[in-house]
Amino acid sequence: MKFGVEIVGVTLFAFVALLGAGFATDELFRQHMWVLFFVLGVTAIVLLRRTDFLTPQPVDPEAYMDEPIRYGVIATVFWGVVGFLVGVFVALQLAYPSLNIEPWLTFGRVRPLHTSAVIFAFCGNALIATSFYVVQRTCRARLFGGNLAWFVFWGYQLFIVMAATGYLLGITQSREYAEPEWYVDIWLTIVWVAYLAVFLGTILKRKEPHIYVANWFYLSFIITIAMLHVINNLAVPVSIVDAKSYSAFSGVQDAVTQWWYGHNAVAFFLTIPFLAMMYYFVPKQVNRPIYSYRLSIVHFWSIIFLYIWAGPHHLHYTAVPDWAQTLGMVFSIMLWMPSWGGMINGLMTLSGAWDKIRTDPIVRLMVAAIAFYGMATFEGPMMSIKTVNSLSHYTDWTIAHVHAGALGWNGLITFAAVYFLVPKLWGRERLYSVRMVSWHFWLATLGIVIYAAAMWVAGIQQGLMWREYDEQGFLVYSFAETVAAMTPYYLMRSVGGVLYLIGGFVMAYNVTMTIMGRERDEQPVGGVAPSLQPAE
Amino acid sequence: MSILDKHRALEKNATLLLFGSLVVVTIGGIVEIAPLFYLENTIEKVEGMRPYAPLELAGRNIYIREGCHTCHSQMIRPFRDEVERYGHYSLAAESMYDHPFQWGSKRTGPDLARVGDRYSNAWHVQHLQDPRSVVPESVMPSYAFLKDKHLNVRGFSTQLVANARVGVPYSDDMIANAEADLKAQADPNADTSGLEARYPKIKLGDFDGNPQALTEMDALVAYLQMLGTLVDFSTYDPAANDR
Repeated sequence: MKFGVEIVGVTLFAFVALLGAGFATDELFRQHMWVLFFVLGVTAIVLLRRTDFLTPQPVDPEAYMDEPIRYGVIATVFWGVVGFLVGVFVALQLAYPSLNIEPWLTFGRVRPLHTSAVIFAFCGNALIATSFYVVQRTCRARLFGGNLAWFVFWGYQLFIVMAATGYLLGITQSREYAEPEWYVDIWLTIVWVAYLAVFLGTILKRKEPHIYVANWFYLSFIITIAMLHVINNLAVPVSIVDAKSYSAFSGVQDAVTQWWYGHNAVAFFLTIPFLAMMYYFVPKQVNRPIYSYRLSIVHFWSIIFLYIWAGPHHLHYTAVPDWAQTLGMVFSIMLWMPSWGGMINGLMTLSGAWDKIRTDPIVRLMVAAIAFYGMATFEGPMMSIKTVNSLSHYTDWTIAHVHAGALGWNGLITFAAVYFLVPKLWGRERLYSVRMVSWHFWLATLGIVIYAAAMWVAGIQQGLMWREYDEQGFLVYSFAETVAAMTPYYLMRSVGGVLYLIGGFVMAYNVTMTIMGRERDEQPVGGVAPSLQPAE
Repeated sequence: MSILDKHRALEKNATLLLFGSLVVVTIGGIVEIAPLFYLENTIEKVEGMRPYAPLELAGRNIYIREGCHTCHSQMIRPFRDEVERYGHYSLAAESMYDHPFQWGSKRTGPDLARVGDRYSNAWHVQHLQDPRSVVPESVMPSYAFLKDKHLNVRGFSTQLVANARVGVPYSDDMIANAEADLKAQADPNADTSGLEARYPKIKLGDFDGNPQALTEMDALVAYLQMLGTLVDFSTYDPAANDR
């Protein structure tokens, strides 16, 4: 029977959710368990409708397992658009506070929805999909574990849905980028262990003697995220039928643990595995080998070693002991070097193929992504210097910085990977439209520039206004005045976000048409080479 | 044989690569975090800190639920402008019972570490219901629904038990009286002698302007009104706590 185990498993799980809803001691847990029950119930019905009793086709153990990757690419595009849309909404809430609809759609609940949607849903799906693609190709082996890859994909989607609905209901640990409560954390841990098993298992059964550099980065990402996730989410729930839990740590120790996690969510979720994408997709797209094999070794070990130390730079001048702040600052500054080592290795891979920037918008996306990576990894160490941080911390400068990284680096390299993968995964000659990739590139880049510029000015202005004294030695501005001064920048930022969102829609359309097998009749980018005319 | 040649062993052995990278990424955390649990001078010696009273804890949980930390910090840095604007810089001791901490990372709104006693209860209620009626420049969402939402009292002692499990010194007496204390703090007619003995400096009385009902607004305002008010700075010696 097709889906036999799955149907039984999902139904049992739905029954557990129903028990949870029945025995819940707090209202939020009850509501959340109803959500879970509904999601699993629908899943069970869909599976039942698609089941059959035919003898299954034998799987070719040599063939690559690409179906979960196809789903992953679609999920990436879908969650990307959702994440950008929620981003525009929260941006507008700051400009027009009447957009806050209590109790479910207030800024405090929607903001984590935005950050989790882009980090875990959009980037996370991109990472799972690309890692499954890359590990099979570079190991010349089918994914390990049979249907375990499907469990990873769907289990991860369930995590996203539970996290997102939880935020809107008000279920949160308030730990930035680790907001989901204990039971959702446990579920993610299970999914993550399965992910590690699939990935590592595939490497272990490889036919290629050498483990390709991209896989080092993916492997380090998976194992380090497991460590960070488990330790940062250590908590004692009020009961097993209560959504609320209390962190195992308090105050200073809790803060340092959280930002050890928080900064390394940036490092090991948004940097290390994206460098893996760079190490696979850039050489593939430009058809050149990686610039330096030695540099990749040096920068891999130095970046994973140094990044872990950088967390306390989120806590400069707080009640965290000075020695920890100073360590965090020093290591953050050192981090500049391996970061740029990676950037150089990526950019120099284009040696001899720079002309492709003109003719191939996918290469253009990659180069811009690496350039934004370089910018953000220069800005980060600079902001971690305590003197600079005293101005930038608590302001929108931080928001500018993370969006230069997230929209520029993570976004653009993911778009490039999606455009690379879609024709290959669906066996199409080319994308529906290469010119639309170019449009996407310009919309996204312009959006980032407007967004980041507005937030840089906003942040620095607000920081300076907070500390402005007059000749008599009085503070010049009340806090409310500094809030009012932000309005034009918040509006400009929304414009940048809307441009980026439109780019996302262009990608979704282009990808959909490509999957449907259409090809747009268009002039190649860079123009047609002029046909040679005989001299008169 | 250069060190890069030796690296080939790692490139051909996934287990070695996995554990090698795991060891490398644990070092920073061990050096930076582990000592904070052992070094005695991490938390300053102060007088006045106590666990949250039940109503304050309930308010704090609402503060967390609504994601207030996404816009409000609770960490005053030791700069002249911040100390003049918000009060004495924050001490580690002031969040020693905070599971989790609420220091925040962004000030779209002002710092709240010492907002306690700064405004009247009525101001807070009005501000939470309609922020722009008292601060025209504000971009804060309104939280009027808190005033209509009854606070869940039943089984509240389990919240204190969970806190005690992670190290907050709630006594058996505090846990046994949790539900009564929760109601008494916002009830102007209650006998509060036990409550005041258990939680010194506690703010009493009806917080939300509606003595008939115990609402989430009562809890949130009770929490806001105690923020930063516990430590006795007249006996605090900064030099002795220099870290």
